[in-house]
Amino acid sequence: MSSVATTPAAGEVVGMSPRKRRIIRTLDIVGLIATIVTVLGAIFWAFPLYWAVVTTLKVENDIVQPGIDLWPRRFTLDAYTHVLFNTKIGTWYINSLVTAISVTVLVVMMSALAGYAISQLKFPGRRILWWIILASFMIPIPALIVNHFVLISQFKLFNTWLGVILPQLVYGPVTVIIYKQFFDSVPKELREAAKIDNANEFQMFFKLYLPMNWGITTALAIITFIGAWNQFLWPFLAVTDEKMMNVTVGITQVTDAFGVKYARDLGSAILAGLPVAIVYLIFQRKVTEAIMLSAGIKG
Amino acid sequence: MSAADTANDVPLPARKKRFNRNEVLAALIFVLPFVVVYAVLFIYPTLQMIWLSFHKAPLIGPGEFIGLDNYFKLFKDRLFGVAFWNTVYFVVLTVVPATLTALLIAIGVNRLKGWMQSLILACFFIPYILPVSVVFRVWGWMFDSQFGILQPLIALVAGDNVPVFRTLPLFMPTVAFITVWWTIGFNILLFIAGLRNISPEIYEAAALDGTSKWRQFTRITWPLIWPVTVLVLTIQLIAQFKIFDQVYLFGNGGRSDATMGLVQLIYRSAFQKNNGGYGATVAVVLFLIIVVFSVLQFQMLRARGEK
Repeated sequence: MSSVATTPAAGEVVGMSPRKRRIIRTLDIVGLIATIVTVLGAIFWAFPLYWAVVTTLKVENDIVQPGIDLWPRRFTLDAYTHVLFNTKIGTWYINSLVTAISVTVLVVMMSALAGYAISQLKFPGRRILWWIILASFMIPIPALIVNHFVLISQFKLFNTWLGVILPQLVYGPVTVIIYKQFFDSVPKELREAAKIDNANEFQMFFKLYLPMNWGITTALAIITFIGAWNQFLWPFLAVTDEKMMNVTVGITQVTDAFGVKYARDLGSAILAGLPVAIVYLIFQRKVTEAIMLSAGIKG
Repeated sequence: MSAADTANDVPLPARKKRFNRNEVLAALIFVLPFVVVYAVLFIYPTLQMIWLSFHKAPLIGPGEFIGLDNYFKLFKDRLFGVAFWNTVYFVVLTVVPATLTALLIAIGVNRLKGWMQSLILACFFIPYILPVSVVFRVWGWMFDSQFGILQPLIALVAGDNVPVFRTLPLFMPTVAFITVWWTIGFNILLFIAGLRNISPEIYEAAALDGTSKWRQFTRITWPLIWPVTVLVLTIQLIAQFKIFDQVYLFGNGGRSDATMGLVQLIYRSAFQKNNGGYGATVAVVLFLIIVVFSVLQFQMLRARGEK
């Protein structure tokens, strides 16, 4: 009897651990499969970009050969030298750089200033301004293309850098909201201390609030730059002159007179995407931080 | 959002002199650039858009007031119907798949550690930061009807190479698929942030109780990630209603009406047919559709913030 009584108890202790071990082992198999699927997914996701880059490094005749060469049979940079020297891509690059950097500087500056005033200063109309900024989340900017175009024509800014830049400044409100949140969280004691030292509002902003939030300023600047560089619809509408086009518009709207050349078309696209890809790879953390902030999730 | 509380916290003794003159002056200088830009490039064009929609007018130049005629015309316009349903079709094809796939990928990526996680996440995320022109060229090459690397696969199913972007029933699904590939990184980021907010102790407790992985997902992960899912869904919805770039580029410069979306109809009416009034009318309708969804999103963001 005693043996019968002890067996289940012993069985429970001894039998429990293999069962538990079995559970853990099945979990590991599930986990392993999940990892493999995730890695395969990542390869699938990255493959089109890899394939495009590899294609640009091939000789045009090899590209149209049957069969799949995952690595160039004959390696060449012809596509890039052709695109760089025989198309207007250099000019388009300058246009993109000038407009994207201007948009970035202007948006960040005016948003930081406005965000500071709304966060720290008392002035009539502050509440209304804040609510208007929050409400502007809702305005779909592509719906404004017609009237932005009318405006740009009235100011005779068609086919100019300024014409490309100005309507993109309406992407500011989100930046103001983020700045306000960050300025709100600067400790009040610092402000009081600066007040005792007789600092005026400009010193307060430039010497205290802005330096304390350099991190968010760089994050916002990077994401604004990427957004401005990637703009398609507005630069496409505001410019018809080939010399004034942004690189994203130029490479799709101006076709080579020599017919389809796969390596060249892809090469020009790679060159167009390279600056933002580099910016992303250097500032990965900042980019993800800024994206989450603009979606309303505080990192 | 705490706008209401912060704006109200004027201390009682300061009631008499509510505002400090220097402070107001400084504030005006600080907000001036933003307010000017905002008024000229945001509020003015928005009001003018509504005004223009009541006119029969060319893109540039004076027009004639016609009341609501543009709106009546709109509801009878076959092209508007096509553009509206194409947009809805595109939204349906992208929003739910992009959200669910992103959740699955986020769960997969979130399990990984260290450099492995960064590398895998970068693979999924990098398309998102690329301009549409790159996406257009890269996938144009993948699907190229002669030499595209996907054509052998397509030929296996269809028996022959298929010019995907010139085959109407395949056009929208393919562009939707490419859009999901392009933009999913954003959704993945939001989901990963959401998953990291779930305390690991809940999973540990569940594992001790012998709860299966599937039940852990349905009983813990899914309910706790639901608010993020709703956020991602609405952001996607709003973004995809504004579809233009990819459809325009893959549709060969929008030469075919059959693939037209709402923004493209604005472009077509105002810029190609020089009918600014009608273009503005379509814009107002798009505007209203998006405002409705945005109000929903805003309410949810507020709900999240108050929690």
